[in-house]
Order: sequence, then structure tokens, then C-alpha cells
Amino acid sequence: MQTKISTMMSGVLLVLLSVLSVQAYAIPEIQRWQTDNGARVMYVHVNGLPMMDARVVFDAGSARDGELSGMAALTNGLLAEGAGGQSAQLLAEQFESVGAQLENDSLRDMAIVGVRSLTDRAYLDKALKTLSTVLSQPDFNQKEFERELARMKVAVTARKQSPSSIADEAFYRAVYGDHPYAAPTGGTEASLEKLTLDAIRGFYQKYYVAKNALIVIVGAVDRPQAEAIANQLSAGLAQGEKAAPIPEVAPLAEKKVVRIQYPSKQVHIYMGQPGMKRGDDDYFDLYMANHPFGGSGFASRLVKTIREDRGLAYSVYSYFHPMREAGPFMMGMQTRADQADQAVGLLKAELEKYIKEGPEDDELADSISNVVGSFPLNLDSNGKLMGYLAMMGFYDMPDDYLQTFVDQIGSVTPADARKAMAQRIKADRLVTVIVGDIAGEATEDKKAETPEE
Amino acid sequence: MRIYLSLLVFIVFVLGAILFVFNDKASPVKEGEVQVFELTNGMKLRVIENHRAPVVVSQVWYNVGASFEHDGITGVSHVLEHMMFKGTPEHPAGEFSEIIAANGGKENAFTSKDYTAYFQRIASDKLELCLSMEADRMRNLILDEDEFLKEIEVVKEERRLRTDDNPNALLYERFSAMAYTNSPYRQPIIGWMEDLESMTIDDLRSWYRHWYAPNNATLVVVGDVDANEVFKLTKEYFSPLPIASLPKLKPRREAQQYGVQRITLQLPAEVPTLIMGYKVPVLKIAEDENEVYALEVLAGLLDGGDSARLTKNLIRGQQLATSAGAGYSLYARHEDLFTFSAIPADGVTVEQLEEAIKQEIKAIKQTLPEQKEMDRVIAQVLAASVYEQDSSFYRAMQIGILETVGLGWQTKDKYIEKGKAVTAEQVQQVAKKYLVDKRLSVAVLDPVPIEEADVQASNAHAGGRHAN
Repeated sequence: MQTKISTMMSGVLLVLLSVLSVQAYAIPEIQRWQTDNGARVMYVHVNGLPMMDARVVFDAGSARDGELSGMAALTNGLLAEGAGGQSAQLLAEQFESVGAQLENDSLRDMAIVGVRSLTDRAYLDKALKTLSTVLSQPDFNQKEFERELARMKVAVTARKQSPSSIADEAFYRAVYGDHPYAAPTGGTEASLEKLTLDAIRGFYQKYYVAKNALIVIVGAVDRPQAEAIANQLSAGLAQGEKAAPIPEVAPLAEKKVVRIQYPSKQVHIYMGQPGMKRGDDDYFDLYMANHPFGGSGFASRLVKTIREDRGLAYSVYSYFHPMREAGPFMMGMQTRADQADQAVGLLKAELEKYIKEGPEDDELADSISNVVGSFPLNLDSNGKLMGYLAMMGFYDMPDDYLQTFVDQIGSVTPADARKAMAQRIKADRLVTVIVGDIAGEATEDKKAETPEE
Repeated sequence: MRIYLSLLVFIVFVLGAILFVFNDKASPVKEGEVQVFELTNGMKLRVIENHRAPVVVSQVWYNVGASFEHDGITGVSHVLEHMMFKGTPEHPAGEFSEIIAANGGKENAFTSKDYTAYFQRIASDKLELCLSMEADRMRNLILDEDEFLKEIEVVKEERRLRTDDNPNALLYERFSAMAYTNSPYRQPIIGWMEDLESMTIDDLRSWYRHWYAPNNATLVVVGDVDANEVFKLTKEYFSPLPIASLPKLKPRREAQQYGVQRITLQLPAEVPTLIMGYKVPVLKIAEDENEVYALEVLAGLLDGGDSARLTKNLIRGQQLATSAGAGYSLYARHEDLFTFSAIPADGVTVEQLEEAIKQEIKAIKQTLPEQKEMDRVIAQVLAASVYEQDSSFYRAMQIGILETVGLGWQTKDKYIEKGKAVTAEQVQQVAKKYLVDKRLSVAVLDPVPIEEADVQASNAHAGGRHAN
């Protein structure tokens, strides 16, 4: 059996072999340039399918919301609800009559607007013209503003019937405190009440500008076409300015426990703290440290301990979510309410042990071989390439990120992983969020720690 | 779909234990076409060569799922799917996943009403590893009782997570259980909690013995491979496996419905939800398959994007809904439901929303859809047939579903042609024939305050919370 052999091999040899086999694979060639008004462009030519994706990413996520959380999401959501004097219906018909698919989304860091289209000239032209209108001439009418705001309010209400949403919101509040990452991207009841159309317009004018934009193009269009597309999408944008940096995330000064009573059959448990940024010096060490711990699914320690050995949970995991500033390190699981304390104890004990001892040599070798070996899987479609390019461009990753990825992963040693984890994660300063039917159990932390809403 | 078989000439050889079908060498296979092979033990192999990246998707499909189950053992197909990772004499519990992971692969499995499938995504030179281990667990699963006792707890947690603590999922579960009278589609895939509580390792062993065999399986491989090489490997690992005598399923055709059926769930929740479903034919059982494609186009007219009628009229126009959608699965095995699901806008009742959806249906019945709308649906179908080729996994899934439910992979190739041929009159006709009250079931989530439910739940607790 291939693996029996591989586990007998030393980690180094295994890694070397994997690296060799992957480097035979051609990394897509990324071309970069800037439009005249300062939008950055990334482009990869992919032949084969008569389709292309164009995505514009603005540094205009909810980290820019200030006091008005939900503003970034509503601004993004309103773009296609009326633009250039054309109704939402007309805009949607223009995309859909040529089979084009509009995408838009607003995260904590990124605001995304894009389209997937066939490359047949007539179809593509119509899709891009409509996208350009949506990007650069949104009408922000009162009627659409009120309707979409009302829909967001229903979404906020719906979060209250989901214990995982409640837990997620509480976790970010507890980990991020006063930092802009603390608030939910969809806003809160209170913040949505304060949103105005003027604020939305101001947000758009400040952040949906060329110098704050990254345009990514992937698909069966050639370089001159890609240049024309980039120009077309950026031409209507004001030049503007790149958004100012957001504040750094302060480390937690002490542990926090948040318990929220909710009449669900399971308790949802999240534990963690600020983790790392994109481009963090320890990125690869931390990524690989987490992988065998809780990032590798069925092969991970957490799944073995919590699910396989004890049957306590269906889903248990840990991850670093790198963002512009330190995104969270999080461990998560759900279990029957009467097993909550056991589960929290196990998660904490596993983390403490792991910080102290780090990964076993074999564990890390298997993880490296998984991450290196699966690297081509991450680039095997236009959709996935788009995701990678947008991430690399938005977070200013070096041009050779993909070329060096395998070497970077392969060079992490067990000592590196242990050291990085021990320096970054402080088990005595964790945020622990427990949402579920925990009434009657110790609630002394609750009053002090339940986030204000 | 750009999967054409027109160039292929099939020559059948019977050679020893193996029946194989291969492609005429004079007509070189084009990348992207489905290549068809079969073992003499009945196992089917379908391959699409796709050389975009040095990776492969491998999926083993079993023709068994929740709709094969009888009362009392609901959920057994899904629990067995979990147990398939719990070891054979060759590979002890957990090793399957470890080996795939250490070889740079990603793997998992899924269970549906009509099928159960196991998949790996991996570097294409590791395909043999996947096939050898899939063949091993097709007939050699240990089904150890201790492993089962742990895993059944995992499945119960999965049920709590996915269904019991999710008001909309619970609504959909009870909607299905109410809408169907005797069809097995009334059963939840994950199983009733009561059935999970009483499930035994013998239930699993029996289910495995009956259904997991090469003559009930289809292997679908899409990726950077040579189809004939894949066939060789498939023969090597799967052809020694013995066939099973498959149980003959009872038809369990849904009994006639005589009027509107309704259910209301009062659950701790915040947002009311409405589900409506009309019983409609599907391709597998349709007397006239044109009706099925007309229903598909109807779903596109109602919910094929932001310009479709439900968004246009209910969300934007009358502002009665916060969200609204329609759904139809033409590849189901049994009579299925053409569903509408919607969340009312603030201040709107579910009754108003139901009436508005019925008005949309009435509008279709009374006024022929415009050609512009029909054209839009077809443009979307054509574009989607290109976009979906960006995902090897999705393409493999389509083939797996069609082969497993017995429609054959070629059905997908007819889809565009059949869709294009649908007329506005046919759309109107199927709406008149099928979207009628005597086929309708309605489920409503009527939220009760979470705090009140809290008290109730706590009281119930006092009555005795116990370990399962």
C-alpha cells in the first residue's frame, strides 16, 4: 500500500517527493497591470471553456462600517437594485437574457461585484456593459433602499432563531471588542435603524473608487480583451483614494466566557482568540500547525478525539481565518446540552496539550503531504482560480505566492509549528462562547460577559 | 452539455469474465465525452477525460438511499454511509480517510433519497489508490458493534444540528412527512430520531449485505485520466467482487390525494416561513416526458434568477416576500413535489403570501408567458451547461445521479434540446394540470416566542433529561 510505505519514510523524503511531483504542474501565469485611473488588474488566460469571470473587489467590507454596521452590505446589495436610470428588473433581465450571472457579496474585508458570462461576443458585451452600469452608476433610490433595508432587518431577526448564528456573533464580539471586526456584516437591529440613504451614498463615493479596486479576470479572453474589460469596468469609477488601514487587533488581556441560554437540543461551542493576518510572518507555520490539530477533517486530532473516539459531535474543527488584520483562530463544535462541559474541557485540554507538545513528526508529515498533494485541486477550475487571485491581489500577496506555496508548506518543521502555535495562541486567554440550553448551570460569567446588543 | 457520444462506435467483446465496451480507434475520443464501460459483474463505469489540471474526481454510486427504507429503519442508508469509514480487515477504522489525506486527497460521502455516493478528489496519479480502497469496502466492511455505538451518537448529533435545532429544516421534514401519504419520500434521509435510537448493528449489516455490491454500483471518474486505463484498474479491483441478489423493491407509488393538505408547526423561532408543494410527475415515471421539461421551464420562469417572476412580483413588486423560490427535481425516482418556499415581508401574513403565490400560478394559467421570458430561461440553460463544465465534481454528479436512478447519462444531453422545444402553451398546460389544489400541500412555520419555548423546554427537562 502506498501509504504504508509513505509513513515509513522520513518526513523529509516524503515532502521532497511530493514537492517534485507537484512542481511538474504548471502554475497559471498571472498578468498584472493598472488601469489609467488606478485600479489594479490581475488576469489569467484559461482556454477550453467559452466562458469568463470578471470580479471587482473593493476594500469596502463591514470593517468600514464604523457605527453603522450593515452599511457595507446594504451598499453592495443596492448596486444592482437600480443603476443608470434602469430598474432592478431591467438590469436583471439584461444579465439573464444572455445567461450571465451577477455575483455580489460583502464580507468583513472585501466587497465583491462580478459577473460570469459566456465569451460569445454579443453575450459578453451585454453582460459587461450591464456590470459596468451597476458598478459606476447605482441610483440608490429611496424605494429600493427601504425595501432592501427591510429585508436585512428580517435577516437580522432570523439570526435569532439560529444558535450557530447567535454563537458566531457573540464570538466575534468577544474576540474583537472595539475593533471593526466585532460587528456582524449584516448589521444589528439598532444599527439598521440608523442607516440612511445619504450614508450609503457617502460610503459608495468613498470606497467604490478605482484606487480602492482590484479587478480580476479569468477565462477565455485574450490580453487585449482583458485590458478592454478592465478599462470598461473601471472607466466609470471615480479615481478616489485607497482606503486607509484599519486598526490592528489587540490581543486579549484575559479569558472571557460567554454563556447564552437558548432552547436548542445542542449547545454550540466556539473557542478562540485573534489569530493571524494574511501575509503574517508565521502564516505557513501556523497554517501547518493547525492542519493536523483541527484543520484536516477526519485526519485531525479534534475529530479523532471528539467524534471518532467519543461520538460527541458531528462537526468539530479548528481554523485560522487570516484577514487584513488578525482574523480569528477558532475551535468549534456542537453537542447535546448535557455534554457541554465535557466538550469544553476536551477542547481546552487538546489545545493546551498541542500548544505544549506541537504535532508529532508523522502527523505533520502527513499534513504536509496532504496540503502539498492537494494543491492542484485548489486551482482546477476557473471559479477556484478566481478565488485565489482575488485573495492574492486583495491582500497584496507576492507574485510568486503560488509558485512558492509548495516549498513554503514543505519547509515547515514540527519545531516551527510548535513554536508558532505557542507564541500565538494563549490557552489562558481564550474566548469561550456557549449557546444552548444551559439554564440552571453556572451563569455567573453571563452577566458580565454577554455582549451588549 | 457538451458530452456527445455521436462519434463513438461501440464494439462489445466478451472476454473471459469481463465484458467491456471500448471506443473505435478510428474515432479518437474527444475530451469531455462520456465513455461507457461495464464489468461482467454488472458494475458500471463512466469516464470523462478532462486534462485541464492533473487531478481526478472519483465517485462510487450505490443505487440505495432513504426512499428504499421501510418504516422503523429510516436513516439506515445514511448511517451505513457513516459506517463505510469504519474499517475493513485490510484497512482498520479511520485508515481510509488517513490514507486519502496523506496522499493529498479530499474525500467524503453523501446520502440522498435515491442514492448514496462516496467520492475522492485527488491527483490523477493516485486514482488507483482510491479504486483499490473503494473496492475493498464495497464487500469487506467489518461493521463492528463498538464502532457503530459511537457512530450512531454522531448521527444523532448530526440530526440535532441539521434538523431539530433548525426551524426551517424541521418545517421541511414535517412538510414532506405530511405531503406524501405512502410514498417513501415521506421519510427523512437522516431518519426519525426514534428509529436512530432503536437502530442496531444487525440493521446495518443487513442493509450492507443487500445493497452494496458491484451489480448495484456505478463508478464515475472525471479528470486527467485515460479512460481505458481507468477501465483496466476498475476491472482489476472490482471484477473479483461477487454480485448480490438485490431485493426487489415494492413500487410504493403515492396514493391519490383528494384535496389541500395543511400543517402548522409552532416552533421557537422568529420568522414565519411558508412551503407549498404540488405533486408532479418526474422523468422516471412520466407518461409524457414533454410535461417534465415544461415543468422545468416553468420553474425557470418563476425562479430562474433576479428577473424571474417570484423576485420580480413578490419581493420587488408587491413587496410581500423577503425571499421566495420555486424548486423542481426532474430526475427524482418517485413522484415529487414542485415546491414554493417563501418568507413574508415584515407585516405580511403567510396567508397573504400563499394567496400571492397562487396568483402567480393563476397568471401563468391565464396568460401565455411572453417569448422574451421563455428565451431568457433557455439562455440561462445554455449558459449553465457551459458553466457547469468548470466543475468536474458537478459533472460527475450529474452522470452518477442519472445512471443510478436508471435514466442513463445520455438524458443530460437531451436536456437543452428538450428544454428549447418547450412552448409557452405547454408551460401553461402543465400549470393547469398539476398546480391545482387537489395536488397541493402547505406547511407553515408559526413562530412562538423563543423565551416561552425556553420555559417549556426547561420544564420538559425537569421531567427527566437522560443520556440516550
